Formats: sequence, C-alpha cells, structure tokens
Amino acid sequence: MKMIVAYINPFKLEEIRDALKEAGVSGLSAGNIQGFGRQAGHTETYRGAEYEVDFVPKVRIEVLVDDTLAPTVISSIEETARTGSIGDGKIAVLPVEDVIRIRTGERGQDAL
Amino acid sequence: MDTGDTAWLLTSSALVLFMTPGLALFYGGMVRSKNVLAMLMKNYISMGIITVVWVFVGYTLAFSGDTGGFIGDFGLFALDGVGLDNAVHGYTVPDNVFMVFQMMFAIITPALIAGAIAERMKFSAWAIFIVVWSIVVYSPMAHWVWGGGFVASDIEAVDFAGGLVVHINAGAAALALVLVLGPRLGWRHTVMRPHSLPLTLLGAGMLWFGWFGFNAGSALAANGAAANAFVTTQIAAAVAASAWAGMEQWRAGAPTTLGVASGAVAGLVAITPAAGFVNPMGAVIIGLAAGVICFLSLQIKFRFNFDDSLDVIAVHLVGGILGALLLGILADEAIGGVAGSAEQFGRQALSVVVAFAYSFVLSYALARILDATIGIRVTEDQERRGLDLTLHDEQGYVLAE
Repeated sequence: MKMIVAYINPFKLEEIRDALKEAGVSGLSAGNIQGFGRQAGHTETYRGAEYEVDFVPKVRIEVLVDDTLAPTVISSIEETARTGSIGDGKIAVLPVEDVIRIRTGERGQDAL
Repeated sequence: MDTGDTAWLLTSSALVLFMTPGLALFYGGMVRSKNVLAMLMKNYISMGIITVVWVFVGYTLAFSGDTGGFIGDFGLFALDGVGLDNAVHGYTVPDNVFMVFQMMFAIITPALIAGAIAERMKFSAWAIFIVVWSIVVYSPMAHWVWGGGFVASDIEAVDFAGGLVVHINAGAAALALVLVLGPRLGWRHTVMRPHSLPLTLLGAGMLWFGWFGFNAGSALAANGAAANAFVTTQIAAAVAASAWAGMEQWRAGAPTTLGVASGAVAGLVAITPAAGFVNPMGAVIIGLAAGVICFLSLQIKFRFNFDDSLDVIAVHLVGGILGALLLGILADEAIGGVAGSAEQFGRQALSVVVAFAYSFVLSYALARILDATIGIRVTEDQERRGLDLTLHDEQGYVLAE
C-alpha cells in the first residue's frame, strides 16, 4: 500500500478529485496549507505598508491506495495538476505499513 | 416636547451604540488572529463600564450647570433629576433621551483609541484608563462644546457631532498612549497583516450605518437639519471611500477593500463636525480632502517612527482636524446658521489646538502614571503568545468543533 501526498495549486483540487474518482480511488483528504518552494512569494499592501509574503497558498492532498493502483494515481495527479508554470507542486509517494478502518476494525487492503 | 423628535433620537441612540461593535469588528479584523478577542474586548468593555461612568458622573459633569466654562457640576449625579420631561435642557425630547443619546458618544470615543494600542496593552490598564479618561478628558470636552462651555460660548467654534469632542479627542489620546507604550515587538521588521478583512469590511459597514444616527441624530430633532446631516454624511463617506481607492490605484497600483473601508471611515470622521453646517457640495469637498489627505497621513507614523497600529491618528485625528477646519470655510449660513469666513476658520483652528492640547497632555500624564504604577504593557511572552490566550483565556478561532 502507498500514501500519495501531493502539493498542488488550490484551483486544481476539483479537477484532480474528478480524475482520481475516474481512476478508481475511493477517497482522499485535502487541506489548505501555505508553503514556499521555487515559486517566488508576492507583495501584499495594507494601508500603504508593503509586506513581502514568501508563503504561497497551496492545497495538500493525501490518498491511500493499493500498490497496483499507485502508478495510475500518480500519473493522473501529475497530468491533471500540471500547468507548465512554476508552482505546479510536488508529489511524494510513501510506503504504508498498515491501514485500519476505525468503524469496522478491518485491516490492510480491506480497509482501503 | 415632540414625539417625532423623540422617536428619531431614541432610534439614533441605538444606531450610535451599534457603531461600537462595528468599530470592534473593524479593528478586530486588522489585528493578527492571536489578538482578535483582546481587540474586540477593548471595544466591548467600553459599552459596559462607560455606561456606568456616564450614569453616575459623566453625564452630570458634561451637561449639568457650568463651572467657569470648563466643566459641569454634580447637579444630576446618578441621573437624579434626569426625568421623563424636558425640565433640565428644554429640548423637544425628554431629558432621559438626550442623556442616553449622549451616552453612546461617550462609549464610542474611548473605544476609538483602542486601535492605536492594539496587540500590546494590558486589559487592566485599559479599563482604568478609559474610566479616568472619560471623566477627566471626555466629559469636560463635551461640556466645552455641547454643554455650554467656553469653546461654544467664548471661542465660538462649532462642532456638529464630535469632530473635536470625539475624533480629535480620541486621536490625541491615541498618540499619547502610543508614545508611552512603544511599538509592538517586531514592528517594521515582521509581517503584521490584517487576519480577516471581511470582518473589517463588516465593521466598516456597521459604522457607516450607525453614523447616520451619530450625525443626523445630532440635529436633536427629526427635521430638515437632520436630513441635511444625513445627506452630507452619505456624500462625504462615499467620496472619501472612492478617493482613497483612487489614491491606492495611483500610488500602489491596486485598489484594496481595506482602502475603501478606511476611506469611508475617514470621510465619516471628517464630515462629523460639519454635517449640520455644510451643504452637499461642501460634503463633496470634505470627503475628497479626507480620502486624499488621510491616505497620505498613513506615512506619518513611519516618518516619526511611532506604532499607531491601526492608524487612529491618520484617520481620526487628521480626519477630525480636516472637518473642523474646512467647516470654518465651507459652512453655508442657510444650512446651520454659521457662515464660512476667515474669522470662523480662525475660531475653528483655535478650538482644534485647544482640544488636541488638552487631550494629549492629560492622556499622556494618565498613561505615564498608569505605566509607573500598574504597568500598561503586557509582558514580551504574553505579546508573543497573543493577548487572547494570555489575557482572556480564550481563542478566537479553534481547530475543531
């Protein structure tokens, strides 16, 4: 089993959810985050005071998948999230030791 | 007595009270999220304790009798004698209506100061400050201008709804407190962004709405003078909001919501002393002056290096001065019985100097005394952790549920 963590542009979330549903993923988690990478920050102005803001708003999604589904999910996120501009984000793939469905107590593959 | 006037003044009293929560949100949105409740609290507590101060001593010192043109007396102590008729003041409304209308002004004025001391003043010191300040600074000044004191009778300056008594008074006190308090940790080095501009915009809308009671209510009647104040209030707020946004577009390349909100408030401040004396075109000029000059005044704190956190000086002190002075030139005799002239301008200028000097000196002395005794500033640790948790044991925004 794999945990796929992707840092994406917020405006890509809906599209990625649709693509992953299509690919057979049964669920994902998403959250608003702020981060910095190669994408430069921006300037914000409040009552004439300018602030250099390095942190850029992004969305982090986490998907738990079966090993066999992982390559499809990764390429699906990769293709959907890409605009070709700096700031498209990153995908990380982590091995997962176990997964537990809390309601039923199912373990491993059955809990996905 | 007149039932129409009474109904309008009761309505106006509620409108003016509504400005204080509006101001709380206006300010609350501009601070960092760790200090939002402490900011709201410094405004809301004014509705609590200043009401009590006003009932016992504030009202009588402002509006009962006259002691040397400077202050009232204790003739209406604890509202004894403030009845259902108009025996004391002879207005067309009951004395208790006039008292409660004026109470709302006494509440919001110290609350205006809170924007300058944001994110670093102790709550205990604030609570004591506003009680003493209301008695020794606000009540006398209300007496000078509206209670038959020397500004009205000797200087012959006019102040329709509180350019001197409310805005210059609060602005001067804000400057005094800021000088004693010092800047927030990290000011000019770290990012101090407003944490919720929607709150600020909501608060600005509440202020704008309530200001119709503030200015049109100050006619103390439901008549053409009240309507003129209503019209000039709307015009000045609208012109200043637009002008401020225009200045931002020109100087920084983008108009902002905070700019529109700030401009509206600046316009409302500037028209306050003039609302019952100028005509609609006078209001256009005052609104334009407020939008442009208050915007430029934002730089004063950087030039002189004092941390007026939410720009009380640029908006309320500068806006109040603009309105009080311009009214001396723009007053239309047909509207409020005062004609704009060099002489009237001189009277207005003198009243501005007197109001500023009195408020600044007493506020500074009071702040120094409080600082030397109980201390007025939170500890560095409290300031870093935020005032919501360290002073009030609560949080504005919780993670779940």
